[in-house]
Amino acid sequence: MHLNYLILVVLVLAALWTVMTRSLIRAAIGLAATSAVLTIIMFRLNSPLAAVFELSVCAGLISVLFVSTISLTQPLNKEEVLAHMKERLGRFWVLPFLVIAIGLTLSFIQFKLNLRLPAPEAEKDVRAVLWNLRQLDLLGQIIILITGVFGVVILFRERLKK
Amino acid sequence: MSASAVYLFWIFGIFIVMLFSIGLYCILATFNLIRALIGVEILIKAVTLLIIVAGFLSGHTALTQSLVITMIVIEAVVMTIAVGIVLGIHKQNKSLDVRKIRSLKG
Repeated sequence: MHLNYLILVVLVLAALWTVMTRSLIRAAIGLAATSAVLTIIMFRLNSPLAAVFELSVCAGLISVLFVSTISLTQPLNKEEVLAHMKERLGRFWVLPFLVIAIGLTLSFIQFKLNLRLPAPEAEKDVRAVLWNLRQLDLLGQIIILITGVFGVVILFRERLKK
Repeated sequence: MSASAVYLFWIFGIFIVMLFSIGLYCILATFNLIRALIGVEILIKAVTLLIIVAGFLSGHTALTQSLVITMIVIEAVVMTIAVGIVLGIHKQNKSLDVRKIRSLKG
């Protein structure tokens, strides 16, 4: 279990690097790294199928989406980058200290959890749960996917008209 | 809930809160639209981890995995639309800085 704690520290560090790094491309890569580390934790917590989804969709697809968006937008020139760096540093230097303070504060609190969990269920297959018990979720997913497709079509059609 | 499970949940909870605060700070402090989306992604990752840990501790991993899969699909669609909107805004304003987007002001 100690390895889990180490991976959690790496996860937080990857997220911090994602937020604090100067370059947007590096931020997108950092986000993919955060997703990859989260995938390892999910594998270790007996959730392999969700981990595969996280790795392929979040670390893969969404990172590609971000990288292509960044490449399609106009980069800053050198003077703008320098000015932007100073401004960003002024806003973000406090974040690592804030995160460490939150972690230390929470670790020192003696919090008594009194959760009553349901009895563990018999080992079920994810596919059986998804297809038999969570059919409305699947319907929602289909509706959201169709909405997304129409949204993209409308966004790009408007651009073509202009 | 056994004492070891509570301890494990507490340790994971600390890191989840840290991750959530990173995402929230990113959204609040940045002026760049793409960085704001990255902040939203980090927030979603914190929530995903919370659901997975809850499933692991309660023994309902199948149910929580199906919830996480649904969440990932929704996340992908939301990000696609958001990125399309960001590209549209960039085409209009030639900038991703929210301070320079004034077309809706007033």
